[in-house]
Amino acid sequence: MNMREDTLIPKVGVITDVRIDTPDIKTFRVVTPDGKKAFDHRPGQCAMLSIPGVGEAMFSITSSPTNTEYMEFSIKKCGCVTEWLHQAEVGQQLTIRGPYGNPFPVDDVFAGKNMLFIAGGVGLAPLRSVINYCRHYRDRYGDIDIVYGSRSKDDLLDYKEIIEEWSNDAGVKVHLTIDNPQEGWNGHVGFVPNYVKELNFDTNKTAVLCGPPIMIKFTLEGLCSMGFDKTQIYTTLELRMKCGVGKCGRCNVGSKYVCKDGPVFRCDELDELPDEY
Amino acid sequence: MRKLSLENINKLFAAVAEDKTLYLPVDQSDGSAKYSKWAEGTVWSNALNTVRSPKDLFFPQTEDLMEFKTEGKNIEVIDIRKESEDFVIFGVRACDVKSFEVLDRVFLSEPVDSYYASRREHAVIVSLACSRPSETCFCTTFGIDAINPEGDVSAWKTATDIYFKANTEKGEEFLASIEALTEESDDTAVNEQKAKTADIMKKLPLADLTTDSFGGGKTEELWNNPVWDEFSQTCLGCGTCTFVCPTCQCYDIKDFDTGNGVIRYRCWDSCMYSEFTRMAHGNNRLTQKERFRQRFMHKLVYYPENNGGLFSCVGCGRCLSKCPISMNIAKVMRKIGGDK
Repeated sequence: MNMREDTLIPKVGVITDVRIDTPDIKTFRVVTPDGKKAFDHRPGQCAMLSIPGVGEAMFSITSSPTNTEYMEFSIKKCGCVTEWLHQAEVGQQLTIRGPYGNPFPVDDVFAGKNMLFIAGGVGLAPLRSVINYCRHYRDRYGDIDIVYGSRSKDDLLDYKEIIEEWSNDAGVKVHLTIDNPQEGWNGHVGFVPNYVKELNFDTNKTAVLCGPPIMIKFTLEGLCSMGFDKTQIYTTLELRMKCGVGKCGRCNVGSKYVCKDGPVFRCDELDELPDEY
Repeated sequence: MRKLSLENINKLFAAVAEDKTLYLPVDQSDGSAKYSKWAEGTVWSNALNTVRSPKDLFFPQTEDLMEFKTEGKNIEVIDIRKESEDFVIFGVRACDVKSFEVLDRVFLSEPVDSYYASRREHAVIVSLACSRPSETCFCTTFGIDAINPEGDVSAWKTATDIYFKANTEKGEEFLASIEALTEESDDTAVNEQKAKTADIMKKLPLADLTTDSFGGGKTEELWNNPVWDEFSQTCLGCGTCTFVCPTCQCYDIKDFDTGNGVIRYRCWDSCMYSEFTRMAHGNNRLTQKERFRQRFMHKLVYYPENNGGLFSCVGCGRCLSKCPISMNIAKVMRKIGGDK
């Protein structure tokens, strides 16, 4: 057959590692059956994963593109596809297609900047890709601050990597917080937006936010009240998607399609969209 | 211009159908017309238009995309695509011809949808000028000329004859293939009919409907218009408007377990449905007001913003005649544009 390639037709991937991060988040390592990375991507881009007969869904690629061996996806159990994935074992095949969407502007806008990453819950998944990209090319960026919060200590994603790697990097400060006091937790307690205000960051930073919509809303307000301009703040959106390339119509907000015009947006660009995301 | 007596129209259909599949509007037992495959004995409908638009022929209501075989933990992806057969769509009205351009800009933009593209490449479109436009017609609002339809070949039907003019290379080939049946003619009869139709068009109830209040860049201005609250109150969310619409292109992708593998298919979906945007963490359009607004804002503001001012409505009037509560895009445009 001489038909052109079609992005809707996926490749086969295989799960080579399953890491249990939290009671409802697992991180899956995926390669092609011949052991290679399925495709190259940029930090912040997404991929469609599917289990035939169960369904297909869009996930952010949590591993950094500097990892040339495999891709990782941190996935919270919250629907049909994710529940199925959570019971999958190493060796299970799935399908994968992508990469989709625009990445964070890591090589131009972010270059030379002090970076402030703010994440809530599984919202760390898309940011981990950028954080590890910036850590890999450490000399291209200024100071890095990472504020990360979760419901409890047990709900913090990538905890081992955060404590053993990120916290030990020169010029990288990690600020963890959990919603409520918990035995065995000596760190900060409180919601992310309040913690960000308490930390009272200098505005000479570029901020990247991801988390539940309510966290994004209040953190954004907080940053603006601290003197940040919306052009300094980036976030990544999530809406229901089917095709991933701006044709199925599902993630349309205003004249934008989150799958192809996003998912990464600068916060002043979001102001131009109707409030429907 | 080539001419054929309508007495011989079935000879033409037979000649075309010899090497290409031919689709044309055919009367159904319920009185409606439907694009159907021509076979010996099929009678071409006289209806102004079909209930379902010819978009079905490029973007079917359901189509299989691929198959999967699973065995234990292993998955095999099977590409089941086949190059489309050559086909002719005969008698397409100007509004519906324009709808193909609206769909093209979605499906043929990068990355190209190969399923749609294959059908589009293998199709010849023979349009048909309108001579009896109806009171639900408003193609002129969108700059469409019902008496000079586009397409690979344009056709005009008078009481006794049908006239053809080629517009594209595909159209030239089509006319060459039926050359023996047709004769050269001047355009006197066609022009007479065009003038009569133009007179009728001017008197249609929606002839004064304009797009002045719409177009790219109008999102902020129109977003909070009270029309969305008021007009969505009675909307049933049935999605009929989206299904009969020649330009609605939203789709869903689903899997079907056959017991011997899985078929992944796509089917039309509708922004009017509550499930359309529902996901694990919530729904960004919770009420019918938001869904109702999405449909009209997309056609009149978002789509033109992304497509050089082209509107995603062609004024075919199908939604006007089919909506169970008689709500429609013309009412929305009138209300927002100021009642006249």
